Amino acid sequence: MTPYLDPSLAAASRRGFLGIAAGGLAYAAAPGHAQAEVSTNARIAILGAGAGGIAIANRLVERLDGARITLVDGKTEHWYQPGLTLIAAGLRPGDYARSQNASWLPRGVDWVQEYATEIDPEAQVVRTTGGQRLEYDYLIVSTGLVLDWDAVEGFDLDRVGPETGTGAHYAGPDAAVKTWAAMDAFTDRGGHALFSRPATEMKCAGAPIKYCFLTDDYLRRKGTRDGSHITYAAHSGILFGVPVINEKVVLIMRRQEVEVCHHHVLQSVDMDRKRATFRTQDGTTDIDYDFFNVIPPQRAPQVVRDSGLSWEERWTDQGWIEVDMHTLRHARYPNVFGIGDINGVPKGKTAASVKFHLPVVEDHLVAQIQGREGTLSYNGYTSCPLITRVGRAMLIEFDYQDNLVPSFPGIVAPLEELWISWLMKEVALKATYNAMLRGRA
Amino acid sequence: MEEFSVGTFLAVFEEMFGPWLFWAMVAVAALITVAYLYVLIRDHGMGMRRFLLAQLSMPIGAVAAVAFVMWITNSRMADIGGPIDWIVLLGVAVLGAGGFSILVYVAQSLIRGKREEDLI
Ligand SMILES: Cc1cc2nc3c(=O)[nH]c(=O)nc-3n(C[C@H](O)[C@H](O)[C@H](O)COP(=O)(O)OP(=O)(O)OC[C@H]3O[C@@H](n4cnc5c(N)ncnc54)[C@H](O)[C@@H]3O)c2cc1C
Repeated sequence: MTPYLDPSLAAASRRGFLGIAAGGLAYAAAPGHAQAEVSTNARIAILGAGAGGIAIANRLVERLDGARITLVDGKTEHWYQPGLTLIAAGLRPGDYARSQNASWLPRGVDWVQEYATEIDPEAQVVRTTGGQRLEYDYLIVSTGLVLDWDAVEGFDLDRVGPETGTGAHYAGPDAAVKTWAAMDAFTDRGGHALFSRPATEMKCAGAPIKYCFLTDDYLRRKGTRDGSHITYAAHSGILFGVPVINEKVVLIMRRQEVEVCHHHVLQSVDMDRKRATFRTQDGTTDIDYDFFNVIPPQRAPQVVRDSGLSWEERWTDQGWIEVDMHTLRHARYPNVFGIGDINGVPKGKTAASVKFHLPVVEDHLVAQIQGREGTLSYNGYTSCPLITRVGRAMLIEFDYQDNLVPSFPGIVAPLEELWISWLMKEVALKATYNAMLRGRA
Repeated sequence: MEEFSVGTFLAVFEEMFGPWLFWAMVAVAALITVAYLYVLIRDHGMGMRRFLLAQLSMPIGAVAAVAFVMWITNSRMADIGGPIDWIVLLGVAVLGAGGFSILVYVAQSLIRGKREEDLI
């Protein structure tokens, strides 16, 4: 059993596991809990019961004896968001992404089923929608991000579906089902498909690209690709933030005959006329579509932005919290940590990154409780199985330095479109995600 | 961690086939194994003719296993993209061939009953 000693050990054990079984299983083979329990009566508040919040609650319950752990989240349903892509591709039903938060929570955690409305890091107090006042010694912010649909003028989430030819698979399981209905109807006929991504930071930056390739694949399978046109409107001059991956995506776009236009930031959409308006370097431009998957700007929840935890000089329109990029500890409030999408770090808005945030935050928090220094460091690990068609994907994994950091070096090539990488997304990812939620990965 | 790995391993297969199908398949595999052991003990050895037929049926098992895995994972043969894909696919085929040959052997043994002359 390997305790959290050092990331290279973790990597070694991951690789060793491949001898037993190929696949995303290796994610789950990262070290488990071997440390002795630590006695404390610290009050720990966790904001948000998503991927990060539930997982850290499970880990801390195991690790700490006597701690009073309170989890704050008004949402009772848990969404396995990586599954939204598969739902929107007609490969899974809507329920695939749904579960009940209660089923993941350990005994010994107090779940306040309300949202946080105020965070005061000076007074160390959180207030909730129900008017509760929670005092804490340590705070873990894991609220994820909010999808700013209002920033896309004219967009109406209720009207997503085949009638408007508009999709929004980021919005949740129901919207993903409607997005599939729209994509399915569109690919039956063919026409002009439009894809874009927001100019803000976003969760799973590969997801817009995957969905573009999936639509291309369905057009080809249904024999409607010839009369169709696909446009990918990128917000900047590149398609993906990691140069080597960007090059590869450019090549695949070219091969699949996807027209790429750069510096297009979605401004508004007319769902009746099926027309999207983008801000470009020289004004605005309209693009008519038959199918358009809308992904809105993404920001920290308002309560976080109002709390004083956000960066003051960076991402000012987005409000990500100011944590150290390696320890994930807040720069100004040492008893505050961030896990997941909310972190103001250069990479890492994926569930796979959450998995690597967890041991780091646990280590530094427990060390602080014990009066010592934590040692673990987050290297920016971000991963996203980039689907290039139904049945194939590239398992891309990278760090802060834009290095590729493959889990299976020499076995699963990161920049190759492989069936094994598809299997990881389609079958192995959810099992390992669930293991992570339970604190076992 | 060993215990945990097995748990995750099972979880991945449950995810792949759905829990019902997966555990039904495990149950069927266990049944066939028990039946195989039973006929081996009953007959005090292997029947060569039965074994030959079982071997001849191996390709069917291999192809069936590959087709099944392709179907369940929404994939096609054209998706096989690199060496590791071929290795995994080969593994599936070998498992299918082995499993099916045992099934064929057991089925013959159970249907025909004990036949001394065939045994070695
Ligand atoms: C379409 C799509 C595809 C994706 N594909 C992948 C993939 O292939 N691989 C991958 O690794 N990742 C993928 N992701 C990203 C992954 O789902 C997220 O990065 C991950 O869920 C982040 O976890 P989190 O805990 O930070 O936030 P979340 O899991 O989003 O949870 C946040 C929680 O905080 C709660 N909350 C919000 N505000 C408050 C408040 N004021 N008070 C209390 N609680 C609050 C919410 O209700 C929610 O329960 C994908 C995401 C999407 C949308």
